[in-house]
Amino acid sequence: MVCDVCKANQATVFLTQIVEGKMQKVNLCESCSKEKGVTDPLSFALVDLLPGLGAEQPVEKGAPLPRCPSCGFTQADFKKTGRLGCPVCYDTFAEGLGGLLKAMHRRTTHAGKIPARLKRSIEMGARVKQLKRDLDKAVLEENYENAANLRDQLRELEQTK
Amino acid sequence: MKISSLFSSSGEWARDGGPHHQIVISSRVRLARNLRGHPFPGWAKKNDRLQILELIKPQVEALPEMEDALSSYLQELSALEKQALVERHLISREHAAKGAGSAVVVDQKQALSIMINEEDHLRMQVLLPGLQLRNAFKALDKVDTTLETKLDYAFHPHLGYLTACPTNVGTGMRASAMVHLPGLVLSDQINPVIQAINKIGLAVRGLYGEGTEAMGNLFQISNQITLGEPEEEIISQLNKVIEKIIENEENARQVLLQKKPGTLLDNIGRGFGILSHAYAMTSKEALNLLSFLKLGVDIGFFPPDRQKDIDDLFVITQPAHLQSIASQPKLDPEGRDTLRAQIIREKLRAFPNPDTSKVVLPSPPTGETHHE
Repeated sequence: MVCDVCKANQATVFLTQIVEGKMQKVNLCESCSKEKGVTDPLSFALVDLLPGLGAEQPVEKGAPLPRCPSCGFTQADFKKTGRLGCPVCYDTFAEGLGGLLKAMHRRTTHAGKIPARLKRSIEMGARVKQLKRDLDKAVLEENYENAANLRDQLRELEQTK
Repeated sequence: MKISSLFSSSGEWARDGGPHHQIVISSRVRLARNLRGHPFPGWAKKNDRLQILELIKPQVEALPEMEDALSSYLQELSALEKQALVERHLISREHAAKGAGSAVVVDQKQALSIMINEEDHLRMQVLLPGLQLRNAFKALDKVDTTLETKLDYAFHPHLGYLTACPTNVGTGMRASAMVHLPGLVLSDQINPVIQAINKIGLAVRGLYGEGTEAMGNLFQISNQITLGEPEEEIISQLNKVIEKIIENEENARQVLLQKKPGTLLDNIGRGFGILSHAYAMTSKEALNLLSFLKLGVDIGFFPPDRQKDIDDLFVITQPAHLQSIASQPKLDPEGRDTLRAQIIREKLRAFPNPDTSKVVLPSPPTGETHHE
């Protein structure tokens, strides 16, 4: 049997994976398997290995999958490429991405550089959020003096926006 | 600047060694950026890509750092020129495969390189010799701060800079150091070291990045996490790890010199012998043997002024650089191996015979390191 990747060498590594109920098989030679990093069968998907293989399988049944309103990208496209379509995709697929980002980076909120032009509005947004939270708390605790104070601060901030 | 003049001068990092240059070959920091309101290059239609390219390229060319830069559309470069840029680590292998709709701009010093429409709209990097991660980051951050006033970056209040691949989102920053670790390889300590590095969330890769084999005892160590930590912290953590690796490598070399000087000198001497007398040499064999020669200079087996010759050989024995100096239009692999062996033989003819009396046998390692 010949290697599915280089189509030259004898295949010595045989992989079978079941993805969404469909069986996929790939045969690789020694050097291609090393090149593709196939050492631990759990650490990769065959779909990543041979683009096109996964694509031929019908992915969706029933309910239509969400589609990015800005660029038309779908979850199936992400499965195929491992890349997103456009910046708006991060909001479109926010739900599914949350867990993925946590697994990749451990944290999910940016803590680094902010473009200068956005810095003021982003920091102000965070400040407004915090004041609103404090205000709710003050009202709940019936601490009206504090609440009035916070309300004034909020008003001031929203006027300068 | 024309591409031909780029290849006739070596990059800044190959010219002067930089801090800790015996073990750290180079430091690199790259940032990924995208424009708001445009699809990422991999999903964009050709017209979108061309439009994005024309938005970005003039702004990159106008950077003060890019005075007299090499600026080229990918379709203007020959396969050989692209490959040579890859061998100099100025563009990625992925970018070399691109045609119309992508471009590359490289500054005169060959320290700053900006790829347009690679996986992201902008991939910018600064590459410096030795251990200079902080300097590389500072220089690149300055470029980024200038560009953000001209270009409308895609930035999310919670997720930071948005990138085509979620593995880069947040800072969009990947910092890496290329380290030469023959001592750890020869003393069979490299695997536990790699495992320890992986465990703390850093990646170890081969010479040309993701998915490439480690050759010539060269390893690339980089951060993997880009979300949730500030840039300075990522750089400083990586820097600490690299310093620790330098310490480990120095210790391993000292132990080898103490306990197995014969084996160590034999490896270097044999490397020198084969390189001086071979008539066919693959690039992989050349890299592996040149690594021993470099180690030979580090420990005093060869005089220190030979360092430059070895560093040059590391670059010019790569396939595309070899082809660019060949008289024949298109060398086949055998032709390249013959020419490679010839160039190495000629360069090494000027080398003095290895001198064991100059090898400094160190006092037993104490666990503490002292860097010069």
